[in-house]
Amino acid sequence: MIAERHVNLALVLGLIVVPSWALAADEPFTITLATRAVILALAAVGLNIALGIGGLVSLGHAAFFGIGGYVMGILAYHAQTFTPLDLGAFSIAGTKAMPVIWLAAIVLSAFVAAVIGALSLRTSGVYFIMITLAFGQMFYYFAVSWRSYGGADGMSIYVRNSFPGLDTLVPIQFFALCLVLLGLVLYLNARLVRSRFGLALDAARQVPLRVRTVGLDPLRLKLAAFVLSGAVTGLAGALYADLNRFVSPAMFSWQFSGEIMVLVILGGTGRLFGPVLGAVVFVALEHFLGGLTDFWQIYLGIILLLIVLFARGGIIGLLCGKRGLHD
Amino acid sequence: MQAGAGPGVFRGPPRLQRDRTARHMSAILIVEQILNGLQFGVMLFLMAAGLTLIFGVMGLINLAHGSLYMIGAFVAAAVAGATGSFLLAMICALVAAAVAGAIVEIVVIRRLYAAEHLDQVLATFALILIFSEGTRWVFGSFPMYLEIPDYLSGAVTLPGGIQYPLYRVMLIGAGLAVGLGLWALIEHTRIGIRIRAGENDREMVAALGVDISRLYTLVFALGAALAGLSGAMVGAIQSVQVGMGEPVLILAFVVIVIGGIGSIRGALVGALLVGLTDTLGGVFLPELFKLFMAPAAATSVGSALASMSIYIVMSLVLIWRPTGLFGGRA
Amino acid sequence: MTEPVLETRNLSKRFGALTASDDISIDLRAGEIHAVIGPNGAGKTTLIHQICGELRPDAGEIRLLGQDVTRLGTAARARAGLGRTFQVSALAMEDTVLQNAVLGALGASGRPWGFWRPVLNDRALRTRAQEALHRVGLDEMMAAPCAALSHGQRRQLEVAVALTLQPRAFIMDEPMAGLGTEGSKRLTGLLDGLRAQAPILLVEHDMDAVFALADRISVLVYGRVIATGRVDEIRANPEVRQAYLGEDA
Repeated sequence: MIAERHVNLALVLGLIVVPSWALAADEPFTITLATRAVILALAAVGLNIALGIGGLVSLGHAAFFGIGGYVMGILAYHAQTFTPLDLGAFSIAGTKAMPVIWLAAIVLSAFVAAVIGALSLRTSGVYFIMITLAFGQMFYYFAVSWRSYGGADGMSIYVRNSFPGLDTLVPIQFFALCLVLLGLVLYLNARLVRSRFGLALDAARQVPLRVRTVGLDPLRLKLAAFVLSGAVTGLAGALYADLNRFVSPAMFSWQFSGEIMVLVILGGTGRLFGPVLGAVVFVALEHFLGGLTDFWQIYLGIILLLIVLFARGGIIGLLCGKRGLHD
Repeated sequence: MQAGAGPGVFRGPPRLQRDRTARHMSAILIVEQILNGLQFGVMLFLMAAGLTLIFGVMGLINLAHGSLYMIGAFVAAAVAGATGSFLLAMICALVAAAVAGAIVEIVVIRRLYAAEHLDQVLATFALILIFSEGTRWVFGSFPMYLEIPDYLSGAVTLPGGIQYPLYRVMLIGAGLAVGLGLWALIEHTRIGIRIRAGENDREMVAALGVDISRLYTLVFALGAALAGLSGAMVGAIQSVQVGMGEPVLILAFVVIVIGGIGSIRGALVGALLVGLTDTLGGVFLPELFKLFMAPAAATSVGSALASMSIYIVMSLVLIWRPTGLFGGRA
Repeated sequence: MTEPVLETRNLSKRFGALTASDDISIDLRAGEIHAVIGPNGAGKTTLIHQICGELRPDAGEIRLLGQDVTRLGTAARARAGLGRTFQVSALAMEDTVLQNAVLGALGASGRPWGFWRPVLNDRALRTRAQEALHRVGLDEMMAAPCAALSHGQRRQLEVAVALTLQPRAFIMDEPMAGLGTEGSKRLTGLLDGLRAQAPILLVEHDMDAVFALADRISVLVYGRVIATGRVDEIRANPEVRQAYLGEDA
């Protein structure tokens, strides 16, 4: 058995060394792949807050990913066409500034998560899974029919958004920016797990009755987790849209919700670095298997099936044995 | 992570006569759309009935139910293409989906009954990947088509002089007949008694000497057969392609959330509600908004709202009754 | 007479044809241990569920410190002063003993919305948790994962978590269940000392413990309280002997 922190350390080193090598060897595509892995990891870290700690099996997290993406798309679209964004009572100018876009993505996805969470948490178990899935679809179809912003075709943003002091069009700079954000969120996540809220939420997943018996409301704890979770996944969506310079309803698709969940489970549910490992492995599989066969998802399906049936703790569980998020 | 935009679910309306625009929104149009909604709802019911039965008896949430629908459609298209017989195509689709369901149950699903919902979701998600890619591998990425046979094409004249496609009338009739058969099976046969008993107390049923694992395989295959039949029948009015199952699956989820998980009656009521809401909303909401908005904006807002309408209905039902209209347990 | 700490008035609950609580009026006074006994199926668990807020009674009233709490949820009743232990341990098995106790202290503080500072470094919460663990004799086990505890130790931890709440009344659902003679004796000693802190409503099957601890006993049969009184009164009550011992003996 390997200590979990060694796996984490190797992962962090890998995320620094591989792109550095790619930079030296002039392999920008590898850097783009690594950026993709980091952004997907961020989305999965978001889901892990709800799923891993809070035990909320949300199959609708693509909603937040898509909202983040569309916030970026819409703000940048209005900036690149020099048209104001009409919000009914007032209108605002578009923007190409990443910090502003991120903030908007976080706030809006948190708000939507609060609404979806409040409705969905009225139920539990299978109902919760199906309802989150259905809400995700609602956004999907809404995006498809929203012609002002590309409808089913999506829309392109011609120039990557800007960050003060960086040239975000240089792949390694954008990668570094995403990696720093991921690191920051992981740090906050690690603090959260050990905090008052983290302890209460973790208990609310394990024994909600106990949590009520000490005078706390497990539903409010779970709702808060859902909101935080949605906000992080929303931020990832904004970055993802910036990586591709393109947003489309596919970001809202239920397959994507399923895939974020796969990332979490592949790495190890409830582990701090589980989603990161899951995303790295997923992108690597996609790249290498995808290069060998057009039907690589068959193999992904088989791997996933084997993990669910025989290796409940995901890859980190296989490497390090059983243990939860905190020890 | 390229997610295929779901192909249009079998929501109806290729309207019969294009010149009937909203400005002459006649009683005929309304009846026609209600029939479309009914047809849509009946097909949804076949999907939802299998899902809700499998959940009710085995406690399993099965995302791969849409794959069985897809298998039905592909087998039907292939058999009809090879033999020219529509009826044979339907029978083969039903049998193929049932067999595929039984195999999947024996190889994978039965290991999941005791597992957490999360594991069930992931394992059946993995099955979707395997089925979808496998189908693409065997049949290619191009859509296939299933022709409506001559004896079912054309229109019938309904009372009041409304022309409506015969095939869709057949779909409504066949769907209702299957629903009735299902009800009779569950209420009036020995297998039905065991299924109902299995819903209530599986240890007891096992203790009474019923082979529970065979019963489960049977129920799963039955649900699969319903999905396959539904896919095959709908295959004749839309293209048969990979990924066609999942949009239907998700709507079927909405149906059983509304109806109450485990309740066949709830599945029927929910399916008709969703079918009618979706079809009528898509046609009439834009018209409604035209009453007080500019036409272009009304179409845009109306169709956006229509695409969300069933989810809004679902939310309202949930606020009112968190376990669905006919559901007992969460 | 001063007002009881906890009181049920004419509590009734039916499940279909079964009357699980039939017009139950009992009270818990300051400084006492009030045991509720009765054969299996007498409705003891249903009574606890109603008192703690997991079940809503069909009729009747539950009062805590003079306040009507019938309509409050479980969490609100806990905040109002109920400290409960469970028959089947409801502990966070993946967490350590200390974390479980800190959860209780956190609940009592009413402020779970901290996202930054490590909860185990919070001196006030930690002290409160440690005191409770010390009280039940689990000092040595603080760092152990809860899943590694013996059955008896889990019972002790249940009591410790309730202690961190510093409740106004304890509700204990068969705390002795599954304990050996030794464990039972130790827990009896512990509960004996607790009554001064807050009165205990004790539902228990272990008659040795009940007769050793209880100041008063209520006997529940088929959802009805057939007798309430001091230990010697209950022992002598012919109705109790018939209904209760008659079934047991």
